[in-house]
Amino acid sequence: MAQESEIVLLKGNEAIAHAAIRCGCDAYFGYPITPQSEVLETLAAEQPWTTTGMVVVQAESEVAAINMLYGGGGTGKRVMTSSSSPGVALMQECIAYMAGAEVPGLIVNVQRGGPGLGTIQPSQGDYNQSTRGGGNGDYNVIVLAPYSVQEMADFVDKAFDLAFKYRTPVIILSDGIIGQMMERVTLPPFKPRRTDEEIQRECPWAANGLGLKERGPQVVTSLELDPSEMEKRNRTLQEKYARIETAEVRYEETHTDDAEWLIVAFGSAARISAKAMEVAREKGERVGLLRPITLWPFPEKEIARLVRQGIKGILVVEINAGQMVYDVRLAARHTNVPVTQFGRMGGIVPDPDEILAALQNLKNEAQDA
Amino acid sequence: MKHEIIIAGFGGQGVLSMGKILAYAGLMEGKEVTWMPAYGPEQRGGTANVTVILSDEPISSPVLSKYDTAICLNQPSLDKFQPRVKVGGDIIYDSFGIQDKPSRTDISTYHTPAMETAAEMQMMKCFNMFVLGGLLKLHPIVQVETVIKALKKTLPERHWHLLPTNEKAILRGMDIIEKG
Repeated sequence: MAQESEIVLLKGNEAIAHAAIRCGCDAYFGYPITPQSEVLETLAAEQPWTTTGMVVVQAESEVAAINMLYGGGGTGKRVMTSSSSPGVALMQECIAYMAGAEVPGLIVNVQRGGPGLGTIQPSQGDYNQSTRGGGNGDYNVIVLAPYSVQEMADFVDKAFDLAFKYRTPVIILSDGIIGQMMERVTLPPFKPRRTDEEIQRECPWAANGLGLKERGPQVVTSLELDPSEMEKRNRTLQEKYARIETAEVRYEETHTDDAEWLIVAFGSAARISAKAMEVAREKGERVGLLRPITLWPFPEKEIARLVRQGIKGILVVEINAGQMVYDVRLAARHTNVPVTQFGRMGGIVPDPDEILAALQNLKNEAQDA
Repeated sequence: MKHEIIIAGFGGQGVLSMGKILAYAGLMEGKEVTWMPAYGPEQRGGTANVTVILSDEPISSPVLSKYDTAICLNQPSLDKFQPRVKVGGDIIYDSFGIQDKPSRTDISTYHTPAMETAAEMQMMKCFNMFVLGGLLKLHPIVQVETVIKALKKTLPERHWHLLPTNEKAILRGMDIIEKG
């Protein structure tokens, strides 16, 4: 087993699996579904239980997998699952439990088109589900949106760090394009799994029997029947979410310094939009791109800043009917800068020419107004 | 250098693996590469296609509106991708079973009797390497030696004895491609 970092050609899904093994993940629980099955397949082929000791379980269902995550995370272990849209929909109940009980864990969603079973082709239709909680009650989860195979690999370790820093589930929101495509990727060097002593030190809340004599039993639950206690607990959660919103917004700007027209897009839609921007720039059009890397917390202030800077119009490109566009409109609400959305659905992916046409429509509308 | 390619044909013709070997060779030569397949039931029959981009610069979109080169291995693929070749770009098609030849005059057209030749030489499993040879003759975007190294890297060891056959197919593929 190579200990150093390694440059390879991998699918996004394969990169997730390799990165998990390398970043000291303790366990993966999952159930196959297109277009993310290569995560479980790669883990099965790599057999990390023989090397790092990482456990890999093919659960009987997505519901079982996420409940295993709840249990594993509750003991302070770095645990993860992956699925695609309909499977992640099944997991929402337990994600809410994890948020309520403040259990860290990583959920990877390689999105496909919906609603329902929908299609196996790519989509970004789970933006609302991911950024608005998805389950019951007042909670948020941190959502990272990779736009390359390299980021699929890099975000696994990053997601675990965030999950433990804030004791929260973290979602990597990918899609069938990033999951299925192959690119050059530099895999990180191996990092050992944490020892029991390290877990005990870093997760004094964990219910794992460690230090039982000194501190007594730990209870990890989302249940609290006393409303005043439950409200307190909710306030604590909301304070935590406010801290995350202050500290953890991530985004990337390209050509925004002189941009008159701004595209806002995440994940694979940002890649396709970048191509449209290149073509527009070649023709001398001042088009810029803002790519939210965290979808929650959302880079609202950064978009507001660009709007104040003199942007004439914003085009939001998504592979859905229009979900993130509402967050962009909130960010631009103090101005009359027009915000329009272009998207395809049902597994159809927009191509760069369509985005250029949508950009032209936006310009025409802005000029008419 | 940037070359944007679509390879399209029937599932089972080795469309995806041809693209993968090309991408791997690009990676080994230090290029940026993207390989984006149409995934799903296509792999088990029906039409399959893969977009492969090799570039000296970082690659933006894996999804393209137009291509520098379209490799079309059946009529439906030719019909679908002919309109999506850039002006000045080219089409490579396998002449087997093609009734409506490419008609555009603002692109270059090449055909290869890869299917026929592979059958004659009893090397049907290397069909895609005959096609790849044609592409590399037209556009030497990667070295043939690198392709062989890439094959070795992607094939399991039990298939390494087939490497010379694959090389032969690539070299023969370079000879049989013709304009028109």
